[in-house]
Amino acid sequence: MKMDAPDAVLFDLAQTPVRELNQFLHGDLAGVKRVVVGNPDGAHSIAVGVDAAVEVLIDGHAGYYAAGMNKHAAVTIAGNAGPGVAENMMSGTVRVKGFASVSAGASANGGLLVIEGDAGLRCGISLKGADIVVGGDVGAFSAFMAQAGRIVVCGNAAENLGDSLYEAVLYVKGEVKSLGADARFEPMTEGDFSAVAELLAAAGLKHDARTFKRIASAKQLYHWNADANQEY
Amino acid sequence: MKINDIPVHTVGREQSATFDRKTIDYIQHASASGLYEIRGLGAKRALPHFDDLLFLGASLSRYPLEGYREKCSSKTVLGTRFAKNPVELEMPITIAGMSFGALSANVKEALGRAATAAGTSTTTGDGGMTEEERRSSKTLVYQCLPSRYGFNPDDVRRADAIEVVIGQGAKPGGGGMLLGQKINPRVAKMRVLPEGVDQRSAARHPDWTGPDDLTIKIIELREITDWRIPIYVKIGATRVFNDVKLAVHSGADVVVVDGMQGGTAATQTTFIENVGIPTLAAVRQAVDALEDLNMKGRVQLVVSGGIRTGADVAKALALGADAVSIGQGILFSLGCNADTYVQGGRHISAIDDYARLGTAPGYCHHCHTGQCPTGVTTQDPLLEKRLEPDVGAQRVRNYLKTMNMELTTIARACGKQNVHHLEREDLVALTVEAAAMAGVPLAGTSWIPGRN
Repeated sequence: MKMDAPDAVLFDLAQTPVRELNQFLHGDLAGVKRVVVGNPDGAHSIAVGVDAAVEVLIDGHAGYYAAGMNKHAAVTIAGNAGPGVAENMMSGTVRVKGFASVSAGASANGGLLVIEGDAGLRCGISLKGADIVVGGDVGAFSAFMAQAGRIVVCGNAAENLGDSLYEAVLYVKGEVKSLGADARFEPMTEGDFSAVAELLAAAGLKHDARTFKRIASAKQLYHWNADANQEY
Repeated sequence: MKINDIPVHTVGREQSATFDRKTIDYIQHASASGLYEIRGLGAKRALPHFDDLLFLGASLSRYPLEGYREKCSSKTVLGTRFAKNPVELEMPITIAGMSFGALSANVKEALGRAATAAGTSTTTGDGGMTEEERRSSKTLVYQCLPSRYGFNPDDVRRADAIEVVIGQGAKPGGGGMLLGQKINPRVAKMRVLPEGVDQRSAARHPDWTGPDDLTIKIIELREITDWRIPIYVKIGATRVFNDVKLAVHSGADVVVVDGMQGGTAATQTTFIENVGIPTLAAVRQAVDALEDLNMKGRVQLVVSGGIRTGADVAKALALGADAVSIGQGILFSLGCNADTYVQGGRHISAIDDYARLGTAPGYCHHCHTGQCPTGVTTQDPLLEKRLEPDVGAQRVRNYLKTMNMELTTIARACGKQNVHHLEREDLVALTVEAAAMAGVPLAGTSWIPGRN
């Protein structure tokens, strides 16, 4: 750990274990505005459980669960992120400059996750209220059982998008390979256009909100139906 | 009586063993409704269980302890492998995870108070942590389940241990189920779900797949909690020997093994009765796995699924468990399946309410309906008042204390100053099946089927 400016702290993970970084981030961060994580080299659990309005820059690729359970912090990953980036985030923002692996933003309750590249399988699985904006494509089974929140996909979505959706709403610009059980296309309203425009602006991505399609739950699985023959 | 008259009740009315009344009822119900049965609690079929084991008390070859004068410790420590603050309990009997949603907030509070008074822990469930249970519980285990309902970092930080739930004995391989009638506004808000929907929670965790991922997930939870608190891993009993080994390799401090008699708030009857293995078989396989890895004592084993009495606890400990966990026994203690409920010190009959559910005390398993006649497994604002937290807390405390006294009684009789000194050598089995599963000799012989 070294102070490279009065209000910024540098952790070089080539020299310092992740444990020390996280312990520091869980302590009193008064006066600390920015934490820079050097040589992350795909380490797991970088900047997990942060509960402070601090900026964290991960200067490279992160492993599993980067910024997991984040509250308030603004975390930027300059490279790619492994599985479960920003899992169960409560608030704050997490930005992945590269690609994100599987289960990005899994069960996140709040805050904004931006993935500038593509996201893997199950992006936004069990989403509980957070917003996710993906600059590229999302993999199969994205938004599986997503309960609340919004997902904007600027590229294409792979198979079974939105399977068993609850109240979360999905917006896709490109092609949707297939929808999952109980997901359906719905007409875009003015409210949807402004929501997409607002999320794109927050993510800093330039697309025309009018080119997005809306996917939401048909709500046929909300109640047990014996005649469905388990076709879902 | 004429010579040609035949007594019809022996020949003319023979019930089929294959198609007995129960089976015929099942077929006719399925035919009428096109639905499988969903119910609460655990396996009802007869299974080899702790009843099939007996203790060999002290005699000439072993020296007993004085029952009322000599100390017998029941102190229990869980999570000594990695946690800075292991869970320290006065007894090896803990309260199992049961969700707020399945149970009312009053019940969760009563359980916290009872556990605290008895010096043991209680556990959240698939619905998050309520203020009532955190406030009332000295030691609270916070479950991390596939659904992640209500799961959040603030509660992670204020938990005394985290239990990553892979499965439960009533339904290994199955997710959760909470029918719409139990999703009231508060439950819905905690789970971020619309009110009144039938909620089926996932069978798989959203952010990890398999034991290699679980290893990394456990480290994430340790990092979030600064390695302070123990991480338990709970599995439903199936391939216990392999699963316990994988849980240990994944970095668990404590492994919880739940046998098929373990309860559920709602699952298909066919799942409850036909998937999983009995607790008795599971304990021995779990202990074998820990011994095989030379981790016995370093990773603690908690056993659950049909633990009812101090004798059951003693037998589980003698087989090698470090503690037990109880769910259904606690519900019965609170008044589940009782004839009456208590209001202001008066017993009031609940018989008519059982009848409205098509059942009677002693048979009820209608937890899934939310219409619990004694106010235990309900979210109904009127029914939940039938369980007064004071009454519930006192009953559960009494039950826990009774079991612990029974446990120490047996331990003393076997000559142990500490309940954790009970050992396999103190046990024999009454049946060949129990002897084979538990790996102890058939009573009166030195024969352990399959082992010698």
